[in-house]
Amino acid sequence: MSELIQSPMMDMSRSLSGQVVTTKFDKILGWARKYSLFQYPFVTACCGMEYMATACSHYDIDRFGAAFARFSPRQADVIWVVGTISHKIAPVLKTIYDQTADPKWVVSFGACASCGGPYDNYATVQGIDTIIPVDVYIAGCPPRPEAVLDGLLKLQDLIQNQKHDW
Amino acid sequence: MSKFPEHIAIEKSHPTAVLDWHDRFGDRTLIVDGKQIVDVITLLRDSFGYNMLVDLTAVDYFPRRPRFEVVYHFLNVDSHARLRVKVQLEESHPHIASIISLYPIADWLEREAWDMFGIKFDGHTNMKRLLLYESFEGHPLRKDYPKTKRQPLIGPQN
Ligand code: SF4
Repeated sequence: MSELIQSPMMDMSRSLSGQVVTTKFDKILGWARKYSLFQYPFVTACCGMEYMATACSHYDIDRFGAAFARFSPRQADVIWVVGTISHKIAPVLKTIYDQTADPKWVVSFGACASCGGPYDNYATVQGIDTIIPVDVYIAGCPPRPEAVLDGLLKLQDLIQNQKHDW
Repeated sequence: MSKFPEHIAIEKSHPTAVLDWHDRFGDRTLIVDGKQIVDVITLLRDSFGYNMLVDLTAVDYFPRRPRFEVVYHFLNVDSHARLRVKVQLEESHPHIASIISLYPIADWLEREAWDMFGIKFDGHTNMKRLLLYESFEGHPLRKDYPKTKRQPLIGPQN
């Protein structure tokens, strides 16, 4: 108590720093980041049609702040892995993931990307999470646009509540 | 069923070329001796106007002997006539003459048949895999290739 009286300002800033202020900043950063998602669509198969349907005006993914598709991983925040990933393309996906600038998230779109889908054979990767980390899985073959938007909302939830580097 | 004109014409110039034939449901098919395949197809193209090679593929009839079949589908673009030609190949070192000189489109189709079934096309100057990667071992559409045997380039093995 006597110490507090001696230097109240110093002690207060010490007790607050790294706790109250930081936590709020994380929230603000999460809020900003979740509504300005630049996407890298890694589209390889039929699920791509549903991705396009979701992105275009009828379902309008722009309403959720995730309209901007960038075809350079350097400018993207979210990699949408849309469709079947074969063993031949797998190293390319890994490279794209490594090239994407932080902070980054990965959405596994549809049954194929999530677990190989109908293709249990020589050619198909049995889930992209054997190669790169995945944040959100969207079920379906292909998923309806509503399911895709639900996946996006789940990703936004995750971004809002996670710890952020800056 | 009566023999169709293409069959009769081939028999005239190459008496031993046609091994078998059928005409089920309008699918006219000739089964041809592999050694004479280029002659037969040249005749079909030049005399009967089969100017389009729609598809060239292979089938594995394991454990039947002969094990493999190479299948050619031809279309006459003007008269819309279609013809299927099959060649049967033995299991050990299956190979057949390339028809790139007749139909340039056969290039990739023959490479695909090599990739998937391991059938060599003699005279093809670029006989390497079309779809799979070079380090892949075996030919996955052969019936004795294990269905789920994977050969990943990265990530966990199988
Ligand atoms: S999950 Fe279904 S729709 Fe999507 S890429 Fe695979 S097979 Fe196509």
